Amino acid sequence: MPSKAKTPILEVTHLKQYFPVKKERILEAKRYVQAVDDVSFSVEPGTTVSIVGESGCGKSTTGRAILRLDDPTSGTIEYNGQDIAKLSKKELKAFRGDIQVIFQDPFASLNPRRTIRQMLNEAMSIQNVMDKTKREDRMLELMDLVGLPYDSLERLPHEFSGGQRQRLGIARALAVNPKLIVCDEAVSALDVSVQAQVLNLMKKLQKELNLTYLFISHDLSVVKHISNRIIVMYLGKIVEIADNEDLFQSPRHPYTQALLSAIPIPDVNVKRTQIDITGDVPSPINPPKGCRFHTRCPFATEHCRTVEPELRTINNTHQVSCHYAETLSF
Amino acid sequence: MDQSLQDIKQSFKQIRKERRKENFKAFFETFLKNKIAVAGGVLLLCYTFVALFAPWIAPYDPFEMDLFNKLQPPSLDHWMGTDDKGRDILSRIIYGSRLSMGVGFAAVLFGASFGIMMGMVAGYYGGWVDAIISRSLDVMLAFPGILLALAIISALGPSLFNVTVAVGVFSIPLFGRIARGSTMEVRHMEYIEAVRSLGGNDGIIIFRHIFPNILSPLIVQGTLRLATAILSAAGLSFLGLGAAPPSPEWGAMLSSGRDFFFSAPYIAIFPGITIALLVMGFNLFGDGLRDALDPRMKS
Repeated sequence: MPSKAKTPILEVTHLKQYFPVKKERILEAKRYVQAVDDVSFSVEPGTTVSIVGESGCGKSTTGRAILRLDDPTSGTIEYNGQDIAKLSKKELKAFRGDIQVIFQDPFASLNPRRTIRQMLNEAMSIQNVMDKTKREDRMLELMDLVGLPYDSLERLPHEFSGGQRQRLGIARALAVNPKLIVCDEAVSALDVSVQAQVLNLMKKLQKELNLTYLFISHDLSVVKHISNRIIVMYLGKIVEIADNEDLFQSPRHPYTQALLSAIPIPDVNVKRTQIDITGDVPSPINPPKGCRFHTRCPFATEHCRTVEPELRTINNTHQVSCHYAETLSF
Repeated sequence: MDQSLQDIKQSFKQIRKERRKENFKAFFETFLKNKIAVAGGVLLLCYTFVALFAPWIAPYDPFEMDLFNKLQPPSLDHWMGTDDKGRDILSRIIYGSRLSMGVGFAAVLFGASFGIMMGMVAGYYGGWVDAIISRSLDVMLAFPGILLALAIISALGPSLFNVTVAVGVFSIPLFGRIARGSTMEVRHMEYIEAVRSLGGNDGIIIFRHIFPNILSPLIVQGTLRLATAILSAAGLSFLGLGAAPPSPEWGAMLSSGRDFFFSAPYIAIFPGITIALLVMGFNLFGDGLRDALDPRMKS
């Protein structure tokens, strides 16, 4: 379990990411998709923090902001205590080397016209990782690390299967010796047996290279397998943050509970309390007032409809944003 | 261990060589399956050969007048006859291939390089950069090609070089739009984002990652455009705006044959057939290339 004393490698505070909506009429007031609305959390080195939630809850947008692929509307992201929006050109380049990404779609994340050698060589040369003459050795080492044959280097992406491509994506990320890797739905496109292989590989690499993962996924069973800490998001807000076992043992937010009860258990005799949430996710252009989940929450009261709950700490590592977190029992 | 690593690295070179051969072979195999495209390709090869070796192939000097033998119909001495000044038409067509094809290639190269650059920049940056570039391409596209060329030539004066520029300019928007559209499609691909998150700058992204991935439709368009460019250049010369009289440019030859169309039709017919065959060759070849270059066709 990560100790509180460690300084976080990544600290996100009050991150907001709004995207303007195209106006349909000229005189219409400008509207925004509130993709991420006031999100704060931190990641400690050497751990895996996961962000889970339905599609459209803002988890990928958070990841993109951390990678500095999009500039946030407001809020700060600090990497090792440094605000990433204020990096100099040189610092930004170093930051780009420290934080890497593994994408969801293994068919879109590799340039179809460049061999694996070209891809890895480019990564190392952009970051100037090592002497030219040593790069080939490093490439062979990387192939060993991700468990692919050496002659993969001369091949083009279309010659690999989905799982192999994901390994190549990992190899590219590792080529520049990163500290933190953002895994954006990194295994969602793979079938279950391959998912397990890739996840185990990632776990192994984390141990060997002392990596930190920010793992973005919609799949709770995957998240349970890999995370130390889990962040649950709903409609651009964090509803609950807790350590892995804590979250699965005693979820405090009705939404988390609903998500957990939706995981199938392969046993017909198990009795379970299913929490049904009805309806669709409301639009992030016009999120509900008060608690954003109240439109679908079976426990919602008048208080929930008007007052927005804060994300508050209920025991030292468990945070939840529900007015009735202590009183609700599932 | 070190020895075996050396062996592995050595074997890479071998693999690379073999794979280059394989790729080449795969490309040719797809291409050769398309019989019509092959016919187009052979036609183009013949034309290129003729243009390259014109002085050795041509039976006569294309500029030498022989007034005793003017307006001769095709015979064994003059396969395509002679024109009103007694010059051998076959020789003139052979030499003219250098001019006509040269103008075509230069014009397309000119139009394509400007068009592709503008299109990629517009597509990649979007926003107001895109708005400015796209609107100016639209303006150019709004003019009928020949009219734009006429305007440019009347501004610059008639010469073969200016014809090249004019034809090149009206090819710009065509390449620009294709490049812009394809760039917009590619720029949000995850592999581009991966390069960005590695710290790769816009130059690396545009030239190393976007350009190769939008190249195939542009090559195809380029081949097809060559046909149009040669035709337009010949057309402008026909109107007297391009090559000056003695030069054996095909369009100019066609034009000079106009006056003798009833008495000596071969003066105009042979250059006409030559242009038509070349244009057809480019079109067939371009269609074949489109199929062979599509990476999805490779297994």
